[in-house]
Amino acid sequence: MASMDLILYEEEIHRLEEVLKRLRHDSNARAVFLIDKNGQQMAADGDVDQFDTTSLASLTAGNVAATDSLAKLIGEREFSVLFHEGERDHIHISIVAKRAILLVIFDERSSLGLVRLRVKRASNEFDHIFEQMAQKASAGPVEGTHETPFSEITDDDIDALFSD
Amino acid sequence: MTFINYAAKEINCKIVYYGPGLGGKTTNLQYIYSKTSPDAKGKMISLATETDRTLFFDFLPLDLGTIRGFTTRFHLYTVPGQVFYDASRKLILKGADGVIFVADSQEERMESNIESIRNLETNLKQHGLDLKSLPYALQFNKRDLPNAMPVDELYRVLNYKREPTFEAVAPQGRGVFDTLKSVAKQILVELRKR
Repeated sequence: MASMDLILYEEEIHRLEEVLKRLRHDSNARAVFLIDKNGQQMAADGDVDQFDTTSLASLTAGNVAATDSLAKLIGEREFSVLFHEGERDHIHISIVAKRAILLVIFDERSSLGLVRLRVKRASNEFDHIFEQMAQKASAGPVEGTHETPFSEITDDDIDALFSD
Repeated sequence: MTFINYAAKEINCKIVYYGPGLGGKTTNLQYIYSKTSPDAKGKMISLATETDRTLFFDFLPLDLGTIRGFTTRFHLYTVPGQVFYDASRKLILKGADGVIFVADSQEERMESNIESIRNLETNLKQHGLDLKSLPYALQFNKRDLPNAMPVDELYRVLNYKREPTFEAVAPQGRGVFDTLKSVAKQILVELRKR
């Protein structure tokens, strides 16, 4: 089961954040989020404080999962882009590197065309980063670089979490 | 699938409440929500029908504190219990680190309990997960009802792998936190083994 875990180290987060930052700037978006398909937020940029980011990540992942199943029901492999249009704010959702979801929230200062264009470029960069992360993960941990702190967890540590 | 973020120093785990329709999964989450301090929880989301039946999922993010410097966060989900929502149920199970099965203790719901556990096993397999090795707890809910079956009989039929079992009356909170703690602990112990 360990191989299924998603582990993000600082240098990877920083690289992902850099791409997000550029995307938000170039697309004039309010906020951009990178979300794991299981509903965990990986990185974000922009007016992030304006939103309940945990709920946003969970609902986006649910939305993508449901849409993915819909696609399969009608014989499509996937619907790679979702767009929700509001009166003021709009949401553009796309899949990157098969395992993550890119969410862009934008208003009248941007346009769907611009967002699509910039998302496409950012997606290529994300693909590259995720590919390198996968290679690194399959190569196994490098001695001494990232020792897991979790092997040291004691029963007392765990019990302390649940002390009322 | 545990998500470990070294930059933010966070561990995020997913626990799914499974079981037959009207068994009390959502009530478990509502009780946890009502008894958790505001700084330790996020917003509870319920995607429900107009008659308050779970349509897609309920979601409650819970912050348990820090362990070895890492903020430990549990994302609790419920599945829709009604049989015909199987496609949705399958989606929610994806990436689960642990499962809590909420069984309805009433005699007439026994068949539904059995069917739901089989369904859980099948749906987990489709995500490459095995109930035999997954952190898991069994909750016998609705112990206060007059037609509740004896616990040893429920255990004999519903026990899957000698998992921890708990008697519960979810609206009053009896057994709710004990069940949650049991699975959360199993998940953290698993994390230690890796």
